[in-house]
Amino acid sequence: MNWRRVRALLLKFAFICSRNTFRAMDVFFWPMMDLLVWGFLTVYMLRMGNTVPGAITFLIGSVIMWNVLYRAQQVISVAFLDDVWSRNLLNIFAGPVRVREYIAATYITGLIQSTIVILFLSAAAAVFYSFNILVLGIPLAALFINLLLMGWWLGLLTTGIIVRFGPPAEALAWAIPFLVQPVSAVFYPVSILPPWLQPVAKIIPSSYVFEGMRQIIEHKTFDGNSLFISFGLNVVFMIMAALVFRYYFEEARTKGLLAKYGT
Amino acid sequence: MDHIVEVRNLRKDFGDTTAVKDISFSVKRGEIFGLLGPNGAGKTTTIHMMLGLTRPSQGHIKIFGQDLEQHRVEILERCNFASAYVYLPWNLKVWENLYIFAEIYGVNKPKERIEYLLDLFEITKLKGHITGTLSAGEQTRLNLCKAFLNEPEVLLLDEPTASLDPDLADKVRKILRQLQKEKSITVINTSHNMLDVTELCDRIVFVHNGELIAEGKADELMERFGGASLEEVFITIARGGHLEGATK
Ligand SMILES: Nc1ncnc2c1ncn2[C@@H]1O[C@H](COP(=O)(O)OP(=O)(O)OP(=O)(O)O)[C@@H](O)[C@H]1O
Ligand SMILES: [Mg+2]
Repeated sequence: MNWRRVRALLLKFAFICSRNTFRAMDVFFWPMMDLLVWGFLTVYMLRMGNTVPGAITFLIGSVIMWNVLYRAQQVISVAFLDDVWSRNLLNIFAGPVRVREYIAATYITGLIQSTIVILFLSAAAAVFYSFNILVLGIPLAALFINLLLMGWWLGLLTTGIIVRFGPPAEALAWAIPFLVQPVSAVFYPVSILPPWLQPVAKIIPSSYVFEGMRQIIEHKTFDGNSLFISFGLNVVFMIMAALVFRYYFEEARTKGLLAKYGT
Repeated sequence: MDHIVEVRNLRKDFGDTTAVKDISFSVKRGEIFGLLGPNGAGKTTTIHMMLGLTRPSQGHIKIFGQDLEQHRVEILERCNFASAYVYLPWNLKVWENLYIFAEIYGVNKPKERIEYLLDLFEITKLKGHITGTLSAGEQTRLNLCKAFLNEPEVLLLDEPTASLDPDLADKVRKILRQLQKEKSITVINTSHNMLDVTELCDRIVFVHNGELIAEGKADELMERFGGASLEEVFITIARGGHLEGATK
């Protein structure tokens, strides 16, 4: 791993974002819209008065944490698409760039953007809805790390599919998270799912994160074990995503796809 | 080790299409080597395989005596590449793009190197411009600046002068010649510009349907195929005539 190259790739992404207002919207505007919708829904439900506050304010926590996962996943694929769209991909891989250096740079970008998103949305939630994310306490860090890890491998998987299937698969960069959202228990507990779907939720790391978060907010208890399970699952999926990515990347080299999409 | 680049029995199939059938050649240090041939002959595919971008179906590529599959990064650190069809990120400034690639290639004193190259290719005044606003010829010169950042020992160029006006194309040829003399740089280039090839290349191979069908200096080829110019030779070979003159 050559960190000078990783830094150069990060710098490239930073330059690209700094010139593109729409990229700033991805980090600030769209997550904010998400927060507003769920925030107002929360306010409305509280006003209807037939629910206890704790049982409903978790929705705001959910939307903040969901955006952490979404941002990490998306930015990884979009960083790759940037190089495809600007027809720069060949310059990168005709250079002395290792695939793992390229991925490391996108992971770091994911980390930075997810951090910005959680800080920004938490501040906004405090201002608009008096929601204090710090009620999650120390476990918040573990929740964040697990969501980041999941965003990373999901992003890597998405990029692998785009590498292999090209422009028709580009929309997956935005769509893939919604494939796991229903089984992530973001806005409702796993127990609500039909029995045949519950086992699926049990192997999705994010379901433990959102269940854990609700448990802290509603019952002020925290189950460390479940976060270890989540972490373990993330490690397994990370390895699997890396293998799939490598397979697709080599297939793309065999089929001459890097050159095809890159020019 | 005399031959800095060795390509042996290279073949590339894309499904039913055979882009490169069987290509072998060696290039010496300090040689300017031209791959010539009609559209679809397999030149770009060959260059991409030499950069590790496309994996050969068969055959081997050795650069600096090392196998490309096994030592891709070590080899590519000492090479560089430019193509008329590959760009730098369009919304970055010219100097930002060059700085990023200088970092990727681990260039010492990147700022000095960038200033030097911008001056060499006469685009210093575009330094602060957004890359996407450059004209085609200006982009081409920027691509060449990028290609020279790491003082490459081997330079792979795919139609590098495609959109340059005759004056600039001439300047670029002179720069390549000068660097060849001073630094013994090895250049492998493809071009449809016969003047480029005639004036620049020490040796030319003619590629047709993924195979090498003739090899030699420009004047040798003209003599062998009985053409008054390389262009005539090109047309003759491309249309499949007088192949008996070819030596493999
Ligand atoms: N990724 C790919 N998948 C399928 N076929 C391909 C691919 N890349 C190239 N080909 C085919 O291989 C052949 C050689 O293409 P290549 O780009 O190497 O030609 P070339 O000599 O560079 O031509 P030109 O002078 O037009 O640039 C062509 O028939 C092309 O259609
Ligand atoms: Mg070509």
